[in-house]
Amino acid sequence: MKDIRLMKGNEAIAEGVIRAGCDGYFGYPITPQSEVLEYLMMNKPEERTGMIVLQAESEIASIHMVYGGAGCGKRVMTSSSSPGISLMQEGISFLAGTELPCLLLNVVRGGPGLGTIQPSQSDYFQAVKGGGHGDYKMIVLAPASVQEMYDFAKLGFELAFKHRIQVMVLSDGAIGQMMEKVELDEQVPRLTDEEIAIKYPWATLGKPTTRERNIITSLDLDPVKQEKINIHLQEKFRHIEQTEVRFESFMCEDAEYLFVAYGSSARVCQKAIQLGRAKGIKVGLLRPITLFPYPTQEIARLSKQVKGILSVEMSAGQMVEDVRLAANGAVPVEHYGRLGGIIPAPDEVLNVLEEKFIAKNNHGRSAN
Amino acid sequence: MEDQLTKEFICQPENLVYERTHLLTENALSYCPGCGHGTAHRLLMEVIEEMGLQENTIGVAPVGCSVLAYDFMNIDMQQAAHGRAPAVATGIKRLFPNKTVFTYQGDGDLAAIGTGETIHACNRGENITVIFVNNGIYGMTGGQMAPTTLPGMKTATSPFGRDTKSMGYPLKITELVAQLGGTYYVTRQSVHTPANVRKAKKAIEKAISYQKLDKGLCFVEIVSNCNSGWKMTPLDSNVWMEENMFPFYPLGDIKVPK
Ligand SMILES: Cc1ncc(C[n+]2csc(CCOP(=O)(O)OP(=O)(O)O)c2C)c(N)n1
Ligand code: SF4
Repeated sequence: MKDIRLMKGNEAIAEGVIRAGCDGYFGYPITPQSEVLEYLMMNKPEERTGMIVLQAESEIASIHMVYGGAGCGKRVMTSSSSPGISLMQEGISFLAGTELPCLLLNVVRGGPGLGTIQPSQSDYFQAVKGGGHGDYKMIVLAPASVQEMYDFAKLGFELAFKHRIQVMVLSDGAIGQMMEKVELDEQVPRLTDEEIAIKYPWATLGKPTTRERNIITSLDLDPVKQEKINIHLQEKFRHIEQTEVRFESFMCEDAEYLFVAYGSSARVCQKAIQLGRAKGIKVGLLRPITLFPYPTQEIARLSKQVKGILSVEMSAGQMVEDVRLAANGAVPVEHYGRLGGIIPAPDEVLNVLEEKFIAKNNHGRSAN
Repeated sequence: MEDQLTKEFICQPENLVYERTHLLTENALSYCPGCGHGTAHRLLMEVIEEMGLQENTIGVAPVGCSVLAYDFMNIDMQQAAHGRAPAVATGIKRLFPNKTVFTYQGDGDLAAIGTGETIHACNRGENITVIFVNNGIYGMTGGQMAPTTLPGMKTATSPFGRDTKSMGYPLKITELVAQLGGTYYVTRQSVHTPANVRKAKKAIEKAISYQKLDKGLCFVEIVSNCNSGWKMTPLDSNVWMEENMFPFYPLGDIKVPK
């Protein structure tokens, strides 16, 4: 029988990491994601699988605890929301420089500053372009449902260890807080210490006489060597761009107009498409699931098919830059978003599409 | 008899009285000649070797002059961001409670930027060992004022002497962590004379062996010189340390197991 439950997004990913064989969670409370730590504490994963859960004294401590655990080849994670993720950036950069796999969850809230606890998508640049210092990338997964919050726990760890990279699940307050049905899968067993030693020969587990010592460091004072390390990292990111792009297309086959949106905004756009199609407007949705690597080629292909692209994001316009780069001038690209924690309504989004592209085509001028 | 006193004759296994620990690598130390860091490294590695813990130990290096500790210590190591070594060590130890885990940190690392991680790792009673080298200055970045810089002491960022009115007081972090419920053994040592070296080694031995008891964090401060940062010869720096540092940072155990 299927194990189906009604869960909050934050609870679903917490259950997801336990079942994905996570070894350790380190985190600090912040709205709108405190349910992750609360759920883990309540569900006693130490008794279920041996997974360790620790409430740290800050997000800075959390991310460096993750670093310590990841350096030992363990499946470790932290979660937070925007201000906390900002605090972690130095640590994330260290994880990138040492190529340590881990899972990070950002349930985004509106900023800047303390901002609001309501949902937002204004951390796209920070997640996708590298919020910390140095040339690095993380794999960024954008869930649009509670089921995906659950699924991306396992997928996230798989990708993290496959590429020795940090995987960030970039969610938002709406996906984190809303309840939907979730289909749970089987428990993945945690790796034993012997399995870790074999699978991850780089891990610091104590130096046996049979190998050289393992060192986890991002430091190399010799610029020639440091450049080599950086080139290696860039090659890895290019390889990920070739192999790990994920997206979902919705009613794109005959589309004359295209929404590009992820997470909560993608759900709004799906509804807007229904309203638009009812009015005879042929509009589709391209939903990036990976924000890095970005579905650039698919957007480039669609930009030759459609007459206009509207990038919808609860921000002042961050992802739109990547949509424009992908379209590369082939078609007009516009942005629409609400700020401060407001989720746009489907008819509002459709109106914008009509105003920006359709009214313009009909009257030969902008309707603005 | 006399012509038998050749190098070959003297260097026979049965004549061996002292040997460099195999847990120090062959790499030349990057420390300034006369600096206490090298001695502290040696003691720590001797203890780990003598206790047979090489295969079981994971060390955490700080940011500071000892950032490259992993070049010299022949064990598995992680290099932590500035001040975060206690958090990194917490992550390791929580996931591997049976391993021996230590941090090796300077005063800027441990008592300025990393104060939060230090206090909370101590307060949670993490079963790790902290080796804290207090030289009253930021050695690596060129001799700036540290949280432990003495009143009136001249550094690159207190060129007219530390003025406590505007720059605050030196932080006795070791006395502070001794107050916390999570620390088990807290001591202050030095490595500038053979007698002190022996005492410091004993303290490190205790601090490492107590990890097995699961009773909390063990904290070993080593008051040390920074002859380069203090702009003194190594010998003068040790005299200055005795005359100025020790009165403020008195040597000895601060918290011992009941
Ligand atoms: C986040 C961050 N801030 C500042 C620095 C620069 N920095 C490197 S070492 C150091 C001070 C180290 O002093 P201490 O911990 O006393 O060690 P020592 O060099 O004296 O052994 C500073 C400020 C850094 N590397 N990272
Ligand atoms: S700068 Fe100071 S602490 Fe650093 S190696 Fe030289 S003497 Fe030692």
